[in-house]
Amino acid sequence: MKTVFVTVGTTSFDDLIVTVTSNECVKALIDRGYTDLVLQVGRGSVVPDPEICSGLTLQVFRFKDSISEDIRQADLIISHAGAGSCLEALGANKPLLVVVNDKLMDNHQLELAKQLQADSHLIYCTCSTLSQTLKDMDLSLLTTYTPGEPQNFAYFLDKAIGLV
Amino acid sequence: MGLLCGALCGVIVTLVTVFILRIFVTLRHGSKHKPGKKGPVSVLVVAGSGGHTTEIIRLMGALSPFYKPRHYVLADTDKMSEEKIRAFEAEREKTCSASQFTLHRIPRSREVRQSWSSSVLTSLSALVSSIPLLFRLQPDVVLCNGPGTCVPLCAAGILLGVLGVKRVLIVFVESICRVETLSLSGKILYYFADYFFVQWVPLKDKYPKAIYLGRLV
Repeated sequence: MKTVFVTVGTTSFDDLIVTVTSNECVKALIDRGYTDLVLQVGRGSVVPDPEICSGLTLQVFRFKDSISEDIRQADLIISHAGAGSCLEALGANKPLLVVVNDKLMDNHQLELAKQLQADSHLIYCTCSTLSQTLKDMDLSLLTTYTPGEPQNFAYFLDKAIGLV
Repeated sequence: MGLLCGALCGVIVTLVTVFILRIFVTLRHGSKHKPGKKGPVSVLVVAGSGGHTTEIIRLMGALSPFYKPRHYVLADTDKMSEEKIRAFEAEREKTCSASQFTLHRIPRSREVRQSWSSSVLTSLSALVSSIPLLFRLQPDVVLCNGPGTCVPLCAAGILLGVLGVKRVLIVFVESICRVETLSLSGKILYYFADYFFVQWVPLKDKYPKAIYLGRLV
């Protein structure tokens, strides 16, 4: 069983949900050996019927208190470019494909996706290039992501405000 | 009659000038203010929606138990953040002493994709709620990472200092999403924060006053 977990965080990203369940993308996923597709659709208005993807077992939900179990069980994560979702996926050391939502105001999320791709931690694309990316991507080129260090912040602040 | 108007104008101009000077004086002396020397440091933590809350919780997780009480402020339309915060504090209570935290709500300054012009009105509404909240809590530090909610709260914090009520330190950590450009909150608060952190080198190069310690979350 090889699972793909799609997450849009706390947002709505109907385009991604529609695109990833399209025939082209489903075929690309099946060709790569994936058998299960789990969709976390957030606030979106598109909630696919579990029967629509022939060849893949489809599960759909809006929110959970924690998606860490879904992330843990996934072999590939397809996520919107929100920092929280990306950091959770990268923190679990799972291959991550980020789909940037080009309908957002000023689209600042693209900056993080570009930087993390430049550092070889993830691959990013848009909805229009998703099916092609799923066919062409080479996940073996991804490198391990080292988590950030909030203790550096804490140490600095402690000194700055006179706690140490 | 003319004399009265003249006198009134004179008073108004003087008050405005004093107020502006007070802002400059207050902002200049942030680094000398060390609330930690007197004991525990109370923090007002601004929780934005989605990833903002995830990031701020990661920062909070690294802070020592001496940062207490912790006052979390959320936008009234934010449903997910309260649960994340409660879960974080419950977890913390297992290792540290009894949780000293409170949760507060203020009107949201700006929804995602809200127009800039209507954002001014909603931000003013958030400011009107922020001022009594800051006066009541009087935190030593306001900690935020960029959601629109933080601007009125930081403004209210600065006001406390300007009026001589309490010097509140403004600590701004720009979100990890921001690699090349600052958020709108960041662009505003860059000039007013006492400690302004960025997490990527391109921003450190563009904003020399910013503190860069690598990725923090």
